[in-house]
Amino acid sequence: MKLIKRRATNPNKAPTGIEGFDEITSGGLPHGRTTLLVGQPGSGKTIFGLRFLVHGAQVCKEPGIFVAFEEASKRIVANAEGFGWNLPELLRRKLYIVDAQPQPDLIQTGDFDLTGLLTALEVKAREMGARRIVFDAIDIMLALLPDPTAKRREMYRLHAWLLEREMTAIITAKAGGDEASSLTDHPFSFMQFMVDCSVALNHSVTLGVSQRNLRVQKYRGSAFDENEAPFVIGKGGFDVAISRALGREDSAVSEERVSSGVARLDTMLGGGYYRGASVLITGFPGTAKTTLSGAFIEAACRRGERTVFFSFDSDGSEVIRNLRSVGIRLERFVKSGLLRMISARSMGGSAESVLVRIKTLAREHQARCLVIDPVSTLAKTGNELTAHGVAERLVDWSKSNGTTLVCTSLLDEMSGQLEGGTPLQISTMADTWIHLNYLVQSGERNRGLSIIKSRGTTHSNQVRELILSDTGVTLADIYTAGGEVLMGTLRWEKESAERVANEVAEVAGKLKRVTLNAEEAVLKVRAKSMDTELLAKQVEKTLLDRTTQSRKGELSRGRIRMRELRGGDRANARHKLENL
Amino acid sequence: MSRDPRFKFRLYVAGETQNSARANANLTAFCAAHLPHRHEIEVVDVLQEPRRAMADSVFMTPTLIKLAPKPNRRLIGTLSQPQLLLETLGLET
Repeated sequence: MKLIKRRATNPNKAPTGIEGFDEITSGGLPHGRTTLLVGQPGSGKTIFGLRFLVHGAQVCKEPGIFVAFEEASKRIVANAEGFGWNLPELLRRKLYIVDAQPQPDLIQTGDFDLTGLLTALEVKAREMGARRIVFDAIDIMLALLPDPTAKRREMYRLHAWLLEREMTAIITAKAGGDEASSLTDHPFSFMQFMVDCSVALNHSVTLGVSQRNLRVQKYRGSAFDENEAPFVIGKGGFDVAISRALGREDSAVSEERVSSGVARLDTMLGGGYYRGASVLITGFPGTAKTTLSGAFIEAACRRGERTVFFSFDSDGSEVIRNLRSVGIRLERFVKSGLLRMISARSMGGSAESVLVRIKTLAREHQARCLVIDPVSTLAKTGNELTAHGVAERLVDWSKSNGTTLVCTSLLDEMSGQLEGGTPLQISTMADTWIHLNYLVQSGERNRGLSIIKSRGTTHSNQVRELILSDTGVTLADIYTAGGEVLMGTLRWEKESAERVANEVAEVAGKLKRVTLNAEEAVLKVRAKSMDTELLAKQVEKTLLDRTTQSRKGELSRGRIRMRELRGGDRANARHKLENL
Repeated sequence: MSRDPRFKFRLYVAGETQNSARANANLTAFCAAHLPHRHEIEVVDVLQEPRRAMADSVFMTPTLIKLAPKPNRRLIGTLSQPQLLLETLGLET
């Protein structure tokens, strides 16, 4: 059942469990075939082989045999202890190490063959159902054979035996210094033609920094990445660094936004960073790059997201202390285990090994957010050549995991003048690039923040002033006056001048209102008194009318009376009355 | 010659292969020439007794192990160089 399930994934490949290698070879080594692994002493051949067997035994239900021509089984087990493979447990049933080192006092007289070994292996393989086998350092055994013909014969014997049993095999052999010799001038170069897959390991030291590379030289019947890929022997054994292979599926893109930890910056970005995005914060020393990434971390931890902070400049505890001074409190998250601070000030080695450690630690912590402060550490002396590729893979890896990555990067004063290329050219890969710089003006240095780019989000074009205070990180609007950007005290002055002007205007307005009110009141009073006057006049007028009428009545009444009294001269009476 | 030690050999062979047959013949001839009447040869076929070969860490065939006199010595190959054999077994005078 399980066998069917595994075969359904890829019937022709035997996965090695080596991260990166299985991707390069799109699945692993050729199943049931032989692979030749050549490399200088100490290039990691034994570990590669062991990892292959351990993965087979633990994951693929394929027990394996390790034939050790060079090292004693005890030493192999002891050496592999650090990788956490639990060899002693596996050695009970699923893994067997054959001590095939020739005794030092062994005398060789004439031709011999490997029948003894193969017979023994036959028995052992059947007994434990072994499907995988590694012959480590076959060159030791071959050196004992008297002539090239015998060497060739025994290699073909071995190969035929392996093919017949459909064992997935690795044969390791030491190769000389440069790689070219391993291909053509090698005494057993014929093995290259015999096997179905061939892998070369290479170990060099550039400017004191060790660089390991792996290259698949041939792989019959399968596509593979033919470029040299750097690898590291680390905590988990063997880790091959690969850039995205062509045709690999894109990782899921998220529409979710995560807060940058600074509310106004979120607004400037139209809602925050994208989940899984790579954010680059560049700036000169002291422009608050760490503080800005600290704000991001605090926000992440508040949301309950597991986070790792790699500090290459100062100790993690120092970072926490320094951030406390600007109101970013991280202690509680460290205590609760949500946040892991990694002090990596002295983390040495190649950029590649640093990347592997970053990946391992982030994976261990199951981090959703990651801060690397500063990422320019990768480009330290001796790593200039590889650092770019490493940074690229860092971005790629975090994207494929959906990890939100914030990197800070130092710009030195000179290159900063151009405000352009970061040493790793990571700026072209980053989704969001925030640049911090100083503006020196009237005896002050002030921090300015601008968003150089932010893919897929609307973002503000404004330069804002970044203000650090003990209550936190805020962004302030800056003033532009006469074509000049005002920050710091100048901005404050401008602001207060405006405030004063506002106040004056307000007071004046109030005063005006009061005056108007007063005038209005006066007018109202006047209107009222005139109303009263009007009323009085009207009353007076009515009275006058009435008196006139009553007088008229009185008069006519009087005349009638007179006429009545006089009798007889009506006409004169009227005339007299009219003359009155 | 009672003070001369007795030699005990174990020869691991792989069936009737050419190398094994040659080693067997060479050893028999060598013993007849240099160790008459004071040698024992046990021939073990790894194809028949693979576990014994494994227990003895015999991976290359043919392998000759000198069990006595002590110390044990190991030789691989067809034993085609009698001089080397003499030296290895300490028989050279």
